[in-house]
Amino acid sequence: MTTQTDLIQYLLRLGDSALIQGQRLCQWCGRAPALEEELALMNVGLDLVGQARNWLDYAAELLNDGRDADHLAFRRDERAYRNLLLVEQPNGDYAVTMLKQFFYDAWHLEVLQGLSQSSDERIAGIAAKAVKEATYHLRRSGEWVERLGDGTEESHQRMLDAIPLLWRFTIELISGDDSETRLHAAGLVPDAAQIASAWQARVEQVFTRATLPLPAAPSYFYLDARRGLHSEHLGTLLAEMQFLPRAYPDATW
Amino acid sequence: MYAQLVETGVKSIKSLSEMSEQERAFQEKIDSEIKIEAKNWMPDAYRQTLIRQISQHAHSEIVGMLPEGNWVARAPTLKRKLQLMAKIQDEAGHGLYLYSAMETLGADRDEEIAKLHSGRAKYSSIFNYPTLNWADMGAVGWLVDGAAIVNQVVLQRTSYGPYSRAMVRICKEESFHQRQGYEVLLTMMREGNQAQKDMVQDAINRLWWPALMMFGPSDEHSPNSAQSMAWKIKRQSNDELRQRFIDQTIPQLELLGCTCPDPDLVWNAERGHYDFGEIQWDEFYEVLKGNGPCNQERVATRRKAIEDGAWVRQAAVAHARKKTNKNAA
Repeated sequence: MTTQTDLIQYLLRLGDSALIQGQRLCQWCGRAPALEEELALMNVGLDLVGQARNWLDYAAELLNDGRDADHLAFRRDERAYRNLLLVEQPNGDYAVTMLKQFFYDAWHLEVLQGLSQSSDERIAGIAAKAVKEATYHLRRSGEWVERLGDGTEESHQRMLDAIPLLWRFTIELISGDDSETRLHAAGLVPDAAQIASAWQARVEQVFTRATLPLPAAPSYFYLDARRGLHSEHLGTLLAEMQFLPRAYPDATW
Repeated sequence: MYAQLVETGVKSIKSLSEMSEQERAFQEKIDSEIKIEAKNWMPDAYRQTLIRQISQHAHSEIVGMLPEGNWVARAPTLKRKLQLMAKIQDEAGHGLYLYSAMETLGADRDEEIAKLHSGRAKYSSIFNYPTLNWADMGAVGWLVDGAAIVNQVVLQRTSYGPYSRAMVRICKEESFHQRQGYEVLLTMMREGNQAQKDMVQDAINRLWWPALMMFGPSDEHSPNSAQSMAWKIKRQSNDELRQRFIDQTIPQLELLGCTCPDPDLVWNAERGHYDFGEIQWDEFYEVLKGNGPCNQERVATRRKAIEDGAWVRQAAVAHARKKTNKNAA
């Protein structure tokens, strides 16, 4: 594997994760528990889809095979998607949505802060801009986890129910692979172990404030988004998201 | 407009000599274009009319998120998805401004929203039409926001200060959406394939008349307009605004290379305006009564959002209370 191949996979992972998380937020449109939340969900989603576009643009340039960011977003099948398993999980109730957002944001901000120091200027630039957005996202989702965890009996119970639905997928947030190790050695991306410990510390802090029990660290079992082994949820999400460009492949929108 | 058919509850307009001293002072202020502010005295009917109008307007922004929300997950490019998300976010923001303006009149946001959910409060008839193809996202931006702007530009001069100021902010964002919507259609017509061009014409055919209905009933059937005009809540009549919209929109339609689904539409050089066909008023009143194509789904979606979210809002309140107590201790 060349550094270039590693880097493309890494960029796809960043871009796909932001895009799928943004897509899930789109599905909340008009259905949020309060008007302020409608605004916030669309705001966060907008940030993420914008970031996805930046990462996919760069991935497309490096791929240099005639595909652009839209082609990568709307014409790849689920086996070619590299997003975190966490973000493709269904929205569920607001406890699931907010916990999912928090797990992602706590990872995302750490990754972006690391990437803003990347030896690749393009990456550092995109990340530096995204850090500002992710800081806001994390503050918001962390506060919601706290509010719901330490709110009413019902909201506490719903958070307890949300944890096992999502927890096993957090394995991907705390483990790197050989490709990431090589990229880190080249000064391109942050150290996966450092991301993992920062993520764990943040989750522990918020869970304590939210009066929620912290489960034992999850372990791998079969699914692996780095190899395109997704849960069954991604296929239907992509069917909805990609329908127009697939139905009219020669169209300009 | 976003608030159609607002009842004033007033049967005949009083002349200055019939008014009490307070009423006369109020009317004189209106007549000399001085804005009414929240703490000023105002006739109760003025207050109630404004609450109805601003809440209808706010409800329209919120219900209006749904026809677009129907396509946001299916937007065909990243750029279009971003534009649509930004637009929906703005609409939620407009809803918030407007509910705030309405609350300066002593109304309660939750109570007015409960009226929407029980069918006692109206919202713009346009949002009861389904969005059936992607071109609808362009047509809604161009025609629906376009019609809203024609109304709202005038409302920037409405007599109630908080409403007028909300309109100034909202108009800036709406104009941007309208241009984007038009650009969606222009791209499909100029660079698109036949299927896409057909989508554009289909969207226009379905949304043209409903957009004209956004201006409300014709002047002869607007019993409430005279009082609203005397109070300068409304500044121009429904028919005047509708005519202005048509006159400015037809050249844009021609630039697209599309046709208008109105066989009677013709330029009248003598009037300097377009003549146009009769609006299907039966359809308009049916939609306003709740019998439009999507009335049930729209209200049900909003009601479900608020009902399903009750535990979230309760948790937020409970948590805030705990925090306050902790800080006090």
